[in-house]
Amino acid sequence: MTDLLPLLAAKYNYWIYTILMMVGLYAMIAKNNLVKKIIGMNIFQTAIILFYVSIAYKKGGTLPIIMGDAHGGGHAAVHAADYINPLPHCLMLTAIVVSVATLGVALALAIKIFRQYGTLEEDDINHQIRMQAGQ
Amino acid sequence: MELLYSAKPLAAILVSFFVVPIIFSAKSENVREAWTFVAAILKFTIVLSMLPFVLKGGEIAYTLAEVLPGLAIEFKVDAFGMLFALVSSSLWIVTSMYSIGYMRTLKEHGQTRYYACFALSLSATLGVAFAGNLLTLYLFYEMLSFATYPLVTHHQDREARSSGRKYITYILGASIGLVLPAMLVIYSQTGTFEFAPQGFMNGHFSQGAMAVLLLMFVFGFAKAGVMPFHSWLPAAMVAPTPVSALLHAVAVVKVGVFCVARVITGVFGTKMLADMGLGTLVCYVASFTIIVSSLIALSQDGLKRRLAFSTIGQLSYIILGVALLSPSGMTGGMLHIAMHAFGKITLFFCAGAIFAASGIKNISEMVGIGRRMPFTMTAFLLGSLSVIGLPPLGGFISKWNLVIGTLESGQIFFLFVLLASSLLNAAYFLPISYKAFFCTDEEAMFEKKVDEVPTWCLVPLCITATCSVIFFFYPQPFLQLAKMTVSTIIGAPMP
Amino acid sequence: MTQHFPALLIIIPLLSALIVSAMGWIDRRWCFPLAGASLAGALAVSVGLCAQVMAAGPIVYKMAGWRPPIGIVYVIDYLNAPVLVVILSVALLNLISAKTWIERDFAEKLSAYLGLYLLFLAGMVGIVATGDAFNLYVLLEIGSLTGYALIGLGKERAPLSSLNYLFMGTIGASFYLLGIGYIYIATGTLNMADIARIVPTLAGSGTLFLALVICMAGLFVKMALFPMHGWLPNAYSNAPSASAGLIAPLTTKVMIYAMVRVGLTVFTPEFTFSRALLSEAIVWLAVAAIVTGSLLALMQRRLSRMLTYIIVAEVGYMVGGFWLGNKAGVTGATLHIINDAAMTLTLFMAVSAIIWKLGSDRFEDLQGLFGKMPFTMTGFVLAALAVIGIPPTCGFFSKWYLITGGIHAGQWAFVAALLFSSLVNAVLFFRIFEIAFFEPFAEGHGHHDHGPALSEAPVTMVVPLLLAALSLIALGLYSGDIVTKLIQLAIPAGIA
Repeated sequence: MTDLLPLLAAKYNYWIYTILMMVGLYAMIAKNNLVKKIIGMNIFQTAIILFYVSIAYKKGGTLPIIMGDAHGGGHAAVHAADYINPLPHCLMLTAIVVSVATLGVALALAIKIFRQYGTLEEDDINHQIRMQAGQ
Repeated sequence: MELLYSAKPLAAILVSFFVVPIIFSAKSENVREAWTFVAAILKFTIVLSMLPFVLKGGEIAYTLAEVLPGLAIEFKVDAFGMLFALVSSSLWIVTSMYSIGYMRTLKEHGQTRYYACFALSLSATLGVAFAGNLLTLYLFYEMLSFATYPLVTHHQDREARSSGRKYITYILGASIGLVLPAMLVIYSQTGTFEFAPQGFMNGHFSQGAMAVLLLMFVFGFAKAGVMPFHSWLPAAMVAPTPVSALLHAVAVVKVGVFCVARVITGVFGTKMLADMGLGTLVCYVASFTIIVSSLIALSQDGLKRRLAFSTIGQLSYIILGVALLSPSGMTGGMLHIAMHAFGKITLFFCAGAIFAASGIKNISEMVGIGRRMPFTMTAFLLGSLSVIGLPPLGGFISKWNLVIGTLESGQIFFLFVLLASSLLNAAYFLPISYKAFFCTDEEAMFEKKVDEVPTWCLVPLCITATCSVIFFFYPQPFLQLAKMTVSTIIGAPMP
Repeated sequence: MTQHFPALLIIIPLLSALIVSAMGWIDRRWCFPLAGASLAGALAVSVGLCAQVMAAGPIVYKMAGWRPPIGIVYVIDYLNAPVLVVILSVALLNLISAKTWIERDFAEKLSAYLGLYLLFLAGMVGIVATGDAFNLYVLLEIGSLTGYALIGLGKERAPLSSLNYLFMGTIGASFYLLGIGYIYIATGTLNMADIARIVPTLAGSGTLFLALVICMAGLFVKMALFPMHGWLPNAYSNAPSASAGLIAPLTTKVMIYAMVRVGLTVFTPEFTFSRALLSEAIVWLAVAAIVTGSLLALMQRRLSRMLTYIIVAEVGYMVGGFWLGNKAGVTGATLHIINDAAMTLTLFMAVSAIIWKLGSDRFEDLQGLFGKMPFTMTGFVLAALAVIGIPPTCGFFSKWYLITGGIHAGQWAFVAALLFSSLVNAVLFFRIFEIAFFEPFAEGHGHHDHGPALSEAPVTMVVPLLLAALSLIALGLYSGDIVTKLIQLAIPAGIA
């Protein structure tokens, strides 16, 4: 038990993102309202984005911007350990765009569903579908 | 053994395949039927043209496409395949003639589809006959199942639907459930599918595994009608009679036994099966079918159903003959493919003729009909005698060889099976002819005049009946082809 | 020019998606021809690439000249060259077939619909062609989002089904992204070949194994492997016919391709198949998929829903075949990607034609179809034979490899499931044949001369359908060539 705490403390980023992911997943599955599900999905995706960003961090590293002269500096060799890893951040820019696009499509579908069924509650919608199928 | 590479086998198969679109686009029924004849005669001619070379001991081969690494769709025309091909292609010509008479007399619907499917079925039959390896055999076997389904279910009523279901369930279920896994297991162990004179499975499997695989093939080729996978055949009698005649007396059922015979001789190998005693196992299975089917035939009143059960028994004769693994036994079995075909097709033609002329299907109603339809019933008598195996009909030659075969292999039990079933055959066939001719006081059965059948139906059945008689005196080239096959298998010339 | 084919492969659909969308404001009549031309052009490029690969070996194309492992590369090798040809052929044939549907249902949104169509295709092509693990995620999402939109454009239950699909699909893609994250932590690179170089040095790594499991889990959700298949039947059967014919043959197969790619090229076979527990567990999942898919298909009363459950079973074939871990199994799974795309396309195009003429695909409405729509039913019968696995159609040959692989690996449950599925498929399709052939039952002995009147679907639907059906036989007869000249060369030597 005593060495669990240092373990938790050292890898806290993994624990945080895992918990966030589970929260998002829970919202997607358990919530009835479609918009809440969509928000849960967003939380889910954000958790993964945070995970990536967190692995880019290096102890003692600084922002990965290389100051050079006006002709596009940085010809001198760069000591990688001084800068945090920029690649995951770039990847996550893409992932954020994807997340936003998914959000947009999801909300558009939700609007269409609302126009069709008059409600955003999933059990109401399912009830309406059952009634229609029964006729 | 000379090997010739030629596209003739493929041409023979494709003749009827390519006539299908022509049939569909034919403007009138006469054009359509004319094309059927053209295809049938052309097919028979091509097959016949390959006969001299095969009789001299040669084989004709052709590879179509290598569909799996090391495994191709390939054709090889040897004596056994030639025997079967001759039987089916020659009988297609007479059946086409018969179909014209029958279908037009009864004003059947969907005739275009009927002729097209017939053509396709004959393509598949020749494909099986000429198959050079187990994969090609399986391919055309399945193709035949699907090509014959619309023919069996031709009438498109409820009875046809349930019979069609039975047909497909037994035939497709057995082939996918039994034959395919057996094939794959064999291939994964031996790495080849080529038919070889003494098989190619030696040494790869234990005796128990061999027995299981052999039985999987015998039962899996459900078209051979081995009990308990036989029920599809009486059910298929709902089809129009020409279908029952050619397909279920000649093409489909003989494909089944042909496949079983090929597997026994070309895949497993007679010497190995004899050493392991597995031939006797198959003989017992076949004997069971022979006796039980003959007993059931006795109880059937519907003429076509009685003929169907008779066919089931006769098919197992062929299997019995081959499984005896003795030279005469195998000769007899293979020859019976031809003799039974001609005999049985005569019987079915007569059954259809009776139905077309008078609407009668049951034997109990056929009393005295011989007086009204003398030619038909004479042909029926000749066909029955051939199937029972009495001289001077061709069936006697094959049965004689089977009897000698049981003696050669020293398995006297099967001699008794043969004799007993011949008696049963007589018991369920001869009364039909007797009642047709000799019960004059019950002529009241036929108030309205029954004409002899239309000529288009009469001529074919007379032809096949006459052939059955001729084959007693001159059973060539079938006997020679059978003997050549057996001599290749046992590696020594046949007397 | 030809050395830029890999780039053109994805640029043509992408650019034309933009142009077609813009064309909607200028002159709508150009939309369809442009879309068709771009698909045809991309198809020509893919055929050219396939020829190049068969002649000279794999092609590695550096996007914008940046060298790997920093830059993104597109790798066309023996594995994806035939898959690309198949994808583009499917898209083109479906576009022709769907023309009448699109013009009727999406007339005002024509340019938008076609733009989405082309973008979806760009995504699929990209997934197959790329050599970078993260690029695969990006294109995965492009393909998925456009897929959700294409399905959501339908009527009645389509938006809801699409939203549910969206939820599941996002979970899947996010898992895949997570897996890549772990790969990146362990290896420090995203380039597939580079990862494969590093993996053997990390053979015992728990991180890498977790990455494999998470990546695969994500892909399994996206390909609707049991028990994550719940979204597929609704999404595909409620989608508009035009979209269904595009998405159904492609999405799951491309995801399976991605699984093969990740398993073979990224993680190397030695690592992927090193944990017998994982491989066996997945094969059992596949067996469950095959059995439940087949049984659930039997319970359906609508043709398109029946087909979607057949897709669920087919996914089981491919996943099980791959995770057998032997040469025959992997060959079978890969060959089945190509074959199943063709079979599914033919089936969905046939259903699309039937719904166009009859307005419904419920079993009771299919009576007398052989007489009314003989050409459509011919195509349908050929596809049915392929699904059942009757030679010489292509379905037989991929089943051959799969069963052989199962025999070699001693996985008799998998072999039994495959045979069971063939028999169930026979029952499923013969039920349809019976209704289409026999009913309505005629009175008497059926001696009527006049069957139902001929009312066949339009030519633009029938011709692609028959072409696809014929391709099933062609693929079957040429499967020996496809396997020896392409697939077997794609399988790394590490597999027995």
